[in-house]
Amino acid sequence: MTAPSILKGRAWVWPDDVNTDIIIPFRFKARTNDPVEMAKYAMYGFDPEFYKKVKAGDLFVAGKNFGGGSSREQAPVAIKYSNVAAVVAESFARIFYRNCFAIGLPALEVPGITKQVKQFDEIEVNLQDWSVRTRDGSIHPALKVPGFLRGLMQEGGLVEYYKRHHNFPWETLETKAVAR
Amino acid sequence: MRQDILNDDTLTFAEKIISVRADGAEKVHRPGDITVLPVDLAMAQDSTGPLAIKVFSEMGVPRVWDPSKIHLVIDHSFPAPDEKVANLHHLMREFVKKHGVRLVEGSISHQHLLENHVVPGMVLFGADSHTCQAGAVGAFATGIGSSEMAAVWASGKLWAKVPESIKVNLTGQFKKGVFARDIVSHFIGTVGEDGGNYRSIEWKGPAVKDLSIASRACISNNSMECGCKLSIFEVDASTQEYFRSVNRKSMYEIHSGSKASYKDEYDIDIGKIIPEVAEPGNVDKVKEVGEVEGTPVDQAFIGSSTNGRYEDLVVAAKILKGHKVKTGTRCVITPASKSVFEQAIKNGLAEIFLQSGAVFTNATCGACVGTHLGVLGENEVCISSSPRNYIGRMGSITSKIYLASPATAAASAIEGKIADPRRYL
Repeated sequence: MTAPSILKGRAWVWPDDVNTDIIIPFRFKARTNDPVEMAKYAMYGFDPEFYKKVKAGDLFVAGKNFGGGSSREQAPVAIKYSNVAAVVAESFARIFYRNCFAIGLPALEVPGITKQVKQFDEIEVNLQDWSVRTRDGSIHPALKVPGFLRGLMQEGGLVEYYKRHHNFPWETLETKAVAR
Repeated sequence: MRQDILNDDTLTFAEKIISVRADGAEKVHRPGDITVLPVDLAMAQDSTGPLAIKVFSEMGVPRVWDPSKIHLVIDHSFPAPDEKVANLHHLMREFVKKHGVRLVEGSISHQHLLENHVVPGMVLFGADSHTCQAGAVGAFATGIGSSEMAAVWASGKLWAKVPESIKVNLTGQFKKGVFARDIVSHFIGTVGEDGGNYRSIEWKGPAVKDLSIASRACISNNSMECGCKLSIFEVDASTQEYFRSVNRKSMYEIHSGSKASYKDEYDIDIGKIIPEVAEPGNVDKVKEVGEVEGTPVDQAFIGSSTNGRYEDLVVAAKILKGHKVKTGTRCVITPASKSVFEQAIKNGLAEIFLQSGAVFTNATCGACVGTHLGVLGENEVCISSSPRNYIGRMGSITSKIYLASPATAAASAIEGKIADPRRYL
C-alpha cells in the first residue's frame, strides 16, 4: 500500500509531552494483539471516548516530545487504526518516532507548528514535499529525515516492505563516515 | 583500525562503540551518521513480544537469525492475571517452542539480563524503553518497538543513528537518606522530560566509584525518563569485579576520549542532593521532599526495574523494621527478579515486610504498569519507586502517582502520607 502524497483533514491539537501511557494505557494494550481493538483505547488518558469522536482522515498536531515514555508500538498502531492519517509534532520522542516509520504512520517534525494550528483547523500534510500547509495557506517544511525512512513509511512499514523486497531498507545502506 | 578507534581521544563512548561495532565499517562515525549494528542480544517482553511475533509471522520470515541471542521475557504481567494476558503468554511460549529462542518467566527483563547475560561492549536492543539500563556496565543498550524487533529476529541487524552525548560529572558524597534514585530524579528535573532525547548520557566523575552496580543500574534505567538513547557508566574496577564474580567476560571495555565533544555538560554535587519527589503527571516535576510532605497516600509501591533490586529492599526493610504500615494505606513490595526475591526471603527481609503489614509479591513489573498487584482506583494516590507517574499509568486516569526512592516510599507507607525518610535512618 502506497500512501497518497497529500493528506487533507481536520487537526486534533495536542499539548507538549503527550506520552504513550496517555496514548494507550498498558492494561489495554497488553491484553490484545488486534490493532482494531487497540484503536478503541487511543488517547484514552485524555479522553476515553476519543475513539467515538475521531473521523477517518483526521490529523494530529502536537507539541514537543510527542510519544515519550514506553516503547509500546501499540501507541502509533492505535493512532493509525483510529484512521488518523498523519502525526505532525514540534518534536517526537525517539522510540515513538522510529515506530511510526516501522508501521507506516507518517510522522513529520515541524518546529513551531502548534502556534499555527487551532483545534479542528483543516490542514494538509504533503508527503511528497514533506511539509504542512496550514489554514492560511502558508507552507511549513518538516525537518528532513533519511531517505530510507521516508521510503519505508511510503511503502506502509516493515511488514509491507519486507514482503515486497525480502530485505530491510537499512540493509542496502552504505555507511559513510562524516568528516568534520 | 579497531584499536585506533578504541584509542581515539576525540570520541565519546557512543561514537566509539558504534564505530567499532558498526557492520563491516571499522571507521569513525560521528553524531548524525546512520549505521547498521549487528545485534548480540535481542529482548522482547510480554507486552511487546506478542506484537513482534505477529509482525514476524506477517513478514513471512521462516526462521529467526540466531535463537541463542533472542530472549523472550514474561515479566510485565506475571503470572497472568486474566485470560487475555494468558492467551498472549501462550503465544510467546508457542513461539519459543517453534523457534528455540530463550524464554524467561517471572523476572523483570532488565534485571534478569544484567544478572545473567549482559557484558561490557555488547550491542543489546530490547523492545522495552528501559533496556538502556545495561549501559550501567558499558553496553550499547537501547529500546525499540515490536516491528523493529521482528526485523532483528529476522536479520540480526538494525540501523542506528550516532547520538550526540551529554556528560554528567558526579562529585561529593551521599547524605543520609539520599540514594541513586534521588540523583537521577534530580537530573531529570534539571534537563526535563525530553532533555536527553536522542542522546547518550555519560555518567562520570569521582563519585561514580562510590556507586554500586545496582545503583548504576537504577540511574541508567531511570535515565530513560529524559528520553535518552544510551545511559553509560564506563567499565571501572567495580564493573570488573562484578564480572569476575559472575564469571563473564567483556566484549569491549570502552572509555570516552579526554578530548571528546559533548552537547551539554552538567555537574552534580551529590552532597547537595536531598530526597526528591516527582509530582503527578510528569517525571520532571521534581521537588524536594519537604515541599510535598504530608500528602496523604492510599498506596506505597516499592519495586520495578528502576528500584526493585536487593539494595533497594534492604533500605525499605531498614525503614519498615519495627514499624507498621499505616491503617488505610497499602504497601506493595515487588522484587525485580527471582534472585532478588530469593535473597530477600533468605536474609529475613520478607519477614520484616510481612510483619510491617506490607504485601510482598513475586517478581514482576506489576503495579508499575497498572496491570496487576496494586492497580489504583479512581482518585487514589500512590507514592512509588517505579519510573513513571503519567496519567493512568498505574490504573484509573484520575489516580495520582508521586515518584520517589524506595526509602521515601517506605517512610510514606508508615505515615500514610508522603514522609521524609531521613527520620527513619
